[in-house]
Amino acid sequence: MSDKIKIAQYWAASCGGCDVALLDIDERILGVAELADIVFWPIAVDTKLKDVEALPDGYITATLFNGAIRNSENEYVAKLLRQKSKIMVAFGSCACFGGIPGLANITYADDIMDYVYNKTPSMDNPEGILPLVEYHAPEGDLELPEMYDTVKTLEDFVEVDYFMPGCPPTVDRINEFLDAVEKHVKEGAPLPPKGAVIASEKTLCDECGRKKEYRKLERVYLPHELDEIDPELCLLDQGIICMGPATRAGCGAKCVNVSQPCRGCFGPTSAALDHGGSMLSALASIFKVDESETKLSEEQIVELMSHIKDPLGTFYEYTMPVGLIKRAVREKRRSKA
Amino acid sequence: MSTQTAVAAQEQDAWEPRILVFCCNWCSYAGADLAGVSRLQMPPNFLVIRTMCSARVDVEFVLEAFAKGADGVLVAGCHPADCHYIGGNYRTRRRIALLRMLLEQYGFDPERLRLEWISASEGEKFQKTMVEFTETIKDIGPNPIKEE
Ligand code: SF4
Ligand code: SF4
Ligand code: SF4
Repeated sequence: MSDKIKIAQYWAASCGGCDVALLDIDERILGVAELADIVFWPIAVDTKLKDVEALPDGYITATLFNGAIRNSENEYVAKLLRQKSKIMVAFGSCACFGGIPGLANITYADDIMDYVYNKTPSMDNPEGILPLVEYHAPEGDLELPEMYDTVKTLEDFVEVDYFMPGCPPTVDRINEFLDAVEKHVKEGAPLPPKGAVIASEKTLCDECGRKKEYRKLERVYLPHELDEIDPELCLLDQGIICMGPATRAGCGAKCVNVSQPCRGCFGPTSAALDHGGSMLSALASIFKVDESETKLSEEQIVELMSHIKDPLGTFYEYTMPVGLIKRAVREKRRSKA
Repeated sequence: MSTQTAVAAQEQDAWEPRILVFCCNWCSYAGADLAGVSRLQMPPNFLVIRTMCSARVDVEFVLEAFAKGADGVLVAGCHPADCHYIGGNYRTRRRIALLRMLLEQYGFDPERLRLEWISASEGEKFQKTMVEFTETIKDIGPNPIKEE
């Protein structure tokens, strides 16, 4: 039996981008093959779940788990891989914070089913048949995973050793982590402390090279609403909502370097309670306050803030499932007697 | 009526709103105090937290209050142009306007979050606000997060 380390990669509720990011480490991937046996990676190697089920506990050195937990199958595989792995890495923003799939928490599973199977304009389903979790056919029993109402993170179900945020994680951070595992295996070097986030403790603004003028805003713009974006000046100073002040550094300021605002994929720093809430506070505070302010009515303030079209989608694009309020609610307004 | 709905209806009737009030130290807290010492009658459904400025009320405080089941949150500060720190209340009102938009997207009735300017001499305004706000919240009903 080979003495290489054993790696697994799995996609739960994800887009596949995290798998591609791992393939993107260039020739390093060959080094990975020298260092590690890939025991399970649905996108790249043909191993079945039953093969994983047959492995002894703790057999896998590290699982890089990407995707949020959205259905019973995601949950089952997460628990199975946890049991079979020494190190469990929440790989990518979806696994760490729920990510983009987490925005589904704005709705409910039954509404989604109803829309997809009844209300979509191209749908023809007069009997209103919806997918079942179990079906007993004469030929045998059929099963489908159950879709949950609420998208959750990997940590909501199993113990996670390391968090590697990013949508997807950047090549540098992946390499940094693989180096650490390699050193650990070959030279006995210590691994990062359990629970570590493989990124920086600072905010993105700290890592971003743009000039900060701390201008006061009169309104906000979407990037395409401006004729020109100054390549040197802080995007917030130009009225573009950039999540940099509330977001953890570690990506190398990838988006802001090409004049795209940060959307927050690295999630909040450890000091923040709620990623979106801290950005909302920051943004509301940089609007201009002067003598004319006393004359603005409450309605004018509402109008001013309505320039921010979709606060939830903007401030919680990647972190709704780890926010203080993790999903939408349904009011049952009492009748006005 | 099934037993279950009867029990649910009974529970609804027994429900009393729980309201969290953030009062700025310089105006609204003194206003609330004045309402108290003047023995103005108010519903007993609220708790007051004193902050140094209405702008000290982080968005997180309000979100956490709702996440933990508060039925309503009131933020009270000094009137425009009266802020002890010059412009804190202007930041507060932008923040609250935006936060109400956010709460609405989360599915909450935005009326659950209210902003009111109450000066130190406005004991009566504090009383009136609390009576009205408690009525509003009774009308909207319990915070739906508790049933999730
Ligand atoms: S973190 Fe981004 S790249 Fe990775 S699965 Fe989620 S959406 Fe895709
Ligand atoms: S707000 Fe955005 S553009 Fe401005 S400094 Fe921070 S990261 Fe850079
Ligand atoms: S700039 Fe922001 S959105 Fe872009 S990769 Fe970095 S953390 Fe993610």
